[in-house]
Amino acid sequence: MEKTIKKYFPIFALPTAAAFTVFFIIPFIMGVYLSFCSFTTVKDAKLIGFSNYAKIWGDPTFVHALWYTALFSLVAVISINVLAFAVALLLTKGIKGTNVFRTVFFMPNLIGGIVLGYIWQLILNGILARYDLTLTFSEKYGFWGLVILLNWQQIGYMMIIYIAGIQNVPGDLIEAAKIDGATKFQTLKSVTIPMVMPSITICTFLTLTNAFKLYDQNLALTAGAPSDRSELLALNIYNTFYGRNGWEGVGQAKAVVFFILVAVIAIIQLRATRSKEVQQ
Amino acid sequence: MKKKVISALLCVAMVSSMLIGCGGSDDTTTPAPADDAAAETEAEAPADDAAADAEAEAPADDAAASAEGGSVYYLNFKPEQADDWVALAAKYTEQTGVQVDVVTAASSTYESTLKSEIAKTEAPTLFQVNGPVGMATWKDYCYDLSGSELYKNVKSDDFVLKEGDAVTGIAYVIETYGIIYNKTIMADYLTKDYAVISDVAEINSFDQLKAVAESIQANKEDLGVEGAFTSAGMDSSSDWRFKTHLANLPIYYEFEGNGYSSVAAIEGTYLDNYKAIWDLYINNSTCAPTLLSSKTGDEAEAEFALGEAVFFQNGTWEYGNLINAGMTDDDLGMLPIFIGAEGEENQGLCTGSENYWCVNSQASEADIQATLDFLAWVITSDEGRDAMANTMGFLTPFSTFDDGYVAENALIKAADEYIAGGKTSVAWCFPTIPSETWKDGVGSALTEYAAGTGEWDAVVTAFVDGWATEYQAANN
Repeated sequence: MEKTIKKYFPIFALPTAAAFTVFFIIPFIMGVYLSFCSFTTVKDAKLIGFSNYAKIWGDPTFVHALWYTALFSLVAVISINVLAFAVALLLTKGIKGTNVFRTVFFMPNLIGGIVLGYIWQLILNGILARYDLTLTFSEKYGFWGLVILLNWQQIGYMMIIYIAGIQNVPGDLIEAAKIDGATKFQTLKSVTIPMVMPSITICTFLTLTNAFKLYDQNLALTAGAPSDRSELLALNIYNTFYGRNGWEGVGQAKAVVFFILVAVIAIIQLRATRSKEVQQ
Repeated sequence: MKKKVISALLCVAMVSSMLIGCGGSDDTTTPAPADDAAAETEAEAPADDAAADAEAEAPADDAAASAEGGSVYYLNFKPEQADDWVALAAKYTEQTGVQVDVVTAASSTYESTLKSEIAKTEAPTLFQVNGPVGMATWKDYCYDLSGSELYKNVKSDDFVLKEGDAVTGIAYVIETYGIIYNKTIMADYLTKDYAVISDVAEINSFDQLKAVAESIQANKEDLGVEGAFTSAGMDSSSDWRFKTHLANLPIYYEFEGNGYSSVAAIEGTYLDNYKAIWDLYINNSTCAPTLLSSKTGDEAEAEFALGEAVFFQNGTWEYGNLINAGMTDDDLGMLPIFIGAEGEENQGLCTGSENYWCVNSQASEADIQATLDFLAWVITSDEGRDAMANTMGFLTPFSTFDDGYVAENALIKAADEYIAGGKTSVAWCFPTIPSETWKDGVGSALTEYAAGTGEWDAVVTAFVDGWATEYQAANN
């Protein structure tokens, strides 16, 4: 069997490898190349060296978007994971209708980001209109709107992962803790959480990268208004590329910086949470 | 042994499904085996996408025999006339067999759509730029139209964009904007005892406009309206009315006063007037100024069509939408936008063009020829002229339209009356605005000023300093 797998490995890997090359590696290399170019359309690029990268830091909207995104990711990661874990704990207690609740909580995740964005724009603007305000009145409203939206969308998904983790905690460990006289909180802190650490790793990784790369929800909810101040990084990159003639290369350079940033943050986060995982 | 056979079969299925999946749009690909359900669904998806392309290719192939060989792809800028262009293109295809595809970019996305479309193999053969500044970006893609039927028939070089001797863009519609008002409500207002004028013609200055608007606003319950002006929405579907069209007035008066037609650094002499008219709009409107940032163009249009507001800053292109929404010619009139500049009693409406046709010079020879033929047909044939003048309501700069194909509607008539009455039309200076970024900057500052989160100084900064930096960035 082992031998067969080895023998057919190239054939099995070929479709995926080819697709990965065509749709990911080649565009990626092109993208990096274009970040050193000046161009109107991707076909007529001229190499100009590092000046695109120099322009990035002179662009106040990029620096603002960077901080705004960092803050947003921080708030979103914490709130999503805390709430998802709490819901998961509740729904593993064996309450009546557990399956219905799980389905309902998971559902928002099945709706696309643009649709979600417009739905929440209607809801939030409807509420704010009572006070003669709108989501685009100030960047703060956009910020909390996005946090609420992303929470609503992702809590269900993370909840499923946490439920799987919690159900995998061996019953004898919990029982042993009980016999030793541990309170419920002590059991949670010293038994459950260390045992679901792998789930926490994957959930924080997913929420962190999703929050950092958020684009469609941002576009649909506020589109960066007012004055590009509720603009997250991905939208900022898009707007630089398409919204400003002569800045296409700068948008491309921002995308490369963005890629490096997300990769570095994700690796650090993975290292940090992995080190806390325990072997069963 | 059995396992080996199964895995080999699986491999074949996988590879074949991949090939079919990737080559779905290619006509020569062998069809998927009927029992291979997975491969079939994969092959179907791209086939659907390609349906439009396939349709595009089929008649073009037929035409190849009849010496044409090219096809036309028009990336249209005007959503208001999107369906009309598709209908006209279908008619042309029916008559000549040459395929004409029309794609309309959604409001505010024309530049980004063009940028991604033109990099494709099937690039637009016919596209639009909005004036000299847009031309600077796209000049490498503009075919020299000096030998074309289009250029032969254009009435004057005022409607033409040139790079040296080459004719790179030709305007195809002349438009007019101002403050559209509801004649029916206005007539009702004139009979009231709180009316400050007795005839609409008395509105010939900013002060008069302000007095009328404020008295309407003060008596809105009695008149049955929500406000004097429609909401000055700053959503991207509507903000161009203020950051571009309204901004044209202070720019125009400064250009007139100093006698130049474009400038590297603007002084902002008339910015106080800009503030005055903006204040008038936002304080005498159907909604609170804090809500403007998310109000859309459709909302303003609906408010006006439903008679909830008397004044609506917009232009002749809006005619079809207002009629479709249930208004009649008798409801519609247009006033100049008065901002309180000197000598404005002789000011007329704002007339000009920011719609220039350009033919993609990097398209194939056959496609360029097909595009030029299509354009010639549009401006000379009865069907083309009828569609442009009567269906789309375009006033064109081409002499071929003079014999009976002049667009007629209440808004264009209002514009003509101002010209006949000896008023000076305000030229469209905004095509010389250095960049879209400038407009966005001014628009954001206006929104924040309206919401109360920003100061008017920010508008001044965006207007004056923004112009200088954007001009430099665009011309270095």
